Amino acid sequence: MLHYMGRRLFQLIPVLLGMTFIVFMLIRSIPGNPAQVILGQQATKEAVEALNASLGLNKPWYTQYFGYLGGIFQGDLGVSLRTKLPVSEEIFPYLAATAELALFAMIIAVIIGVNAGIISAWFQNSWFDYVAMVVALIGVSVPVFWLGLMEQWAFSNQLGWFPTSGREDVRDPITAITHFYLLDTLIQGRFDQFSEVFKRLVLPGMALATIPMAIIARMTRSSMLEVMRSDYVRTARAKGQKMFIVVYKHALKNAVIPVLTVIGLQTGLLLGGAILTETIFSWPGIGRYIYDAIGFRDYPVIQSGILVIAFIFIMINLIVDLLYTVIDPRIKYK
Amino acid sequence: MTGAINIKTEAAPGRERAAGPWREGWRSFKKSKISLVGAGIVLFFIILAIVGPMIAPEGINEQNLSQRLLAPSSEHWFGTDDFGRDIFSRVIHGASISLKVGIFSVILSVIVGSFLGIIAGYYGRWVDTIISRIFDILLAFPSILLAIAVVAVLGPSLQNALIAIAIINVPNFGRLIRSKVLSVKEEEYIVAAKAIGMRDSRILFSHILPNSMTPIIVQGTLAIATAIIEAAALGFLGLGAQAPAPEWGKMLADSRIYLLKAPWTMIFPGLAIMLTVLGFNLMGDGLRDALDPKMKS
Repeated sequence: MLHYMGRRLFQLIPVLLGMTFIVFMLIRSIPGNPAQVILGQQATKEAVEALNASLGLNKPWYTQYFGYLGGIFQGDLGVSLRTKLPVSEEIFPYLAATAELALFAMIIAVIIGVNAGIISAWFQNSWFDYVAMVVALIGVSVPVFWLGLMEQWAFSNQLGWFPTSGREDVRDPITAITHFYLLDTLIQGRFDQFSEVFKRLVLPGMALATIPMAIIARMTRSSMLEVMRSDYVRTARAKGQKMFIVVYKHALKNAVIPVLTVIGLQTGLLLGGAILTETIFSWPGIGRYIYDAIGFRDYPVIQSGILVIAFIFIMINLIVDLLYTVIDPRIKYK
Repeated sequence: MTGAINIKTEAAPGRERAAGPWREGWRSFKKSKISLVGAGIVLFFIILAIVGPMIAPEGINEQNLSQRLLAPSSEHWFGTDDFGRDIFSRVIHGASISLKVGIFSVILSVIVGSFLGIIAGYYGRWVDTIISRIFDILLAFPSILLAIAVVAVLGPSLQNALIAIAIINVPNFGRLIRSKVLSVKEEEYIVAAKAIGMRDSRILFSHILPNSMTPIIVQGTLAIATAIIEAAALGFLGLGAQAPAPEWGKMLADSRIYLLKAPWTMIFPGLAIMLTVLGFNLMGDGLRDALDPKMKS
């Protein structure tokens, strides 16, 4: 197991190095000069050149690249050209905002998706099965940004149940400790703020959860259908075991591996893919952070931001692979 | 007379044998009602994209400021937008844009991905290692962020959005073809073709590629659905089609400020995207079940 983990981590090195190189070259091909963007169109040529020199942007690309690479190995993700703050410090609140939203969405997706899939499989070809699978099909086809707008219109503007956008009430700002606001408000015993944060998570969380929920429901259904045809499930049913026990104690355990793969893959995708939801709900997440940085040609933020997301994505998939052995002891990595 | 009867009875099994995998596939595709619904939706939007400009009541940019933000009515079925333009007409015109980006970006990804995948799978060794690592790297990026970065380099436009979407989908097709090539190249007919001294290029393009087509068609149909959403997403972020093009994603972005006053500006373009994507998804699912039962989820 440890050997397998070591090998997987070792295989990651060329992928991550390749990523740093591609992102580095891509970002530097974006037309426009960061110094010019910072100083504005009116700036003199001398001022732009002086700023370029102080930012180190006048050095040859390979010097810049290896400097950047050297920094990464020391945990230095560079300094934002715009805010002058170290990216490694600045990035965390954004990352936490997206992670909180993505986790919230994933919890909704797993609870609803897995159970809808189970019921559909158990009552195969029933009206519930048809309705659930049609809803799931629509779920994978709906553009998340449209769903977000529809939610805002229906649940916020028309019904007034939830706030339209934002992560916190600006009149009552949250004192950040972990930057996961649900946790922070609980730690501080501010239950009024907790409920406010929770309310603000619901709409973007639901929008973001739709696609993974639909995929998980479909995957659980097909995986459960396969397992439920097996002899041991038939035996359990023949013995007159309660449905609940047959499903959750016997069948689900064996059906969960493909579902887990989807969950891992989707969690990673949510981190990067949250940018649209973040745009609609003015969520101060990592997607928006990188997107805004592109507008400002903030090279260190763009390259480190993308790298951090990709790294987390790869790590989640590794963790999922390792979880297989916990759930199914028959799987062994050598 | 007896001879004729004999011929008939002998010919029957022969005809059955002639029903190749495509006909078998079509038969099984036809059986699934939901796949036919998908194919019907796709066909509807393709026809709409072709004849749309002829049947739309108004052009894409016919402004009438006295008729701003009118609710749906018999005159304007989907209402009007902030410039008084007929949303129904713009949604119809938008069909060709979305389908064009969806279909052509996937064709581009298939061409580049197949080429790289075939080379990697057929030649193996270091060629395979390099190409596969590039695929790994591209797949590790969050796709929408990669697309945004590519458009940032090329400049925001519909054509560049198409290229960006094609780039992010290349590794999916590349990997698919590579794995198919790896299994096909061990087949006896390929070994035989090599033995009689057939050139690599002929083996690759006349034998291996046609035998790898099924998963490409299935994956391609599903990829068109994703590509249409991605194009709309780029349009929504202002990185795809530019004004006044009636691109559905761009129309959604423009509708945001009128969400409260005129929700119809947002509802109909979104419905159009959803229906088109649903059509391709249903059709793709049906094709997968019909053509490639092993891929069935």
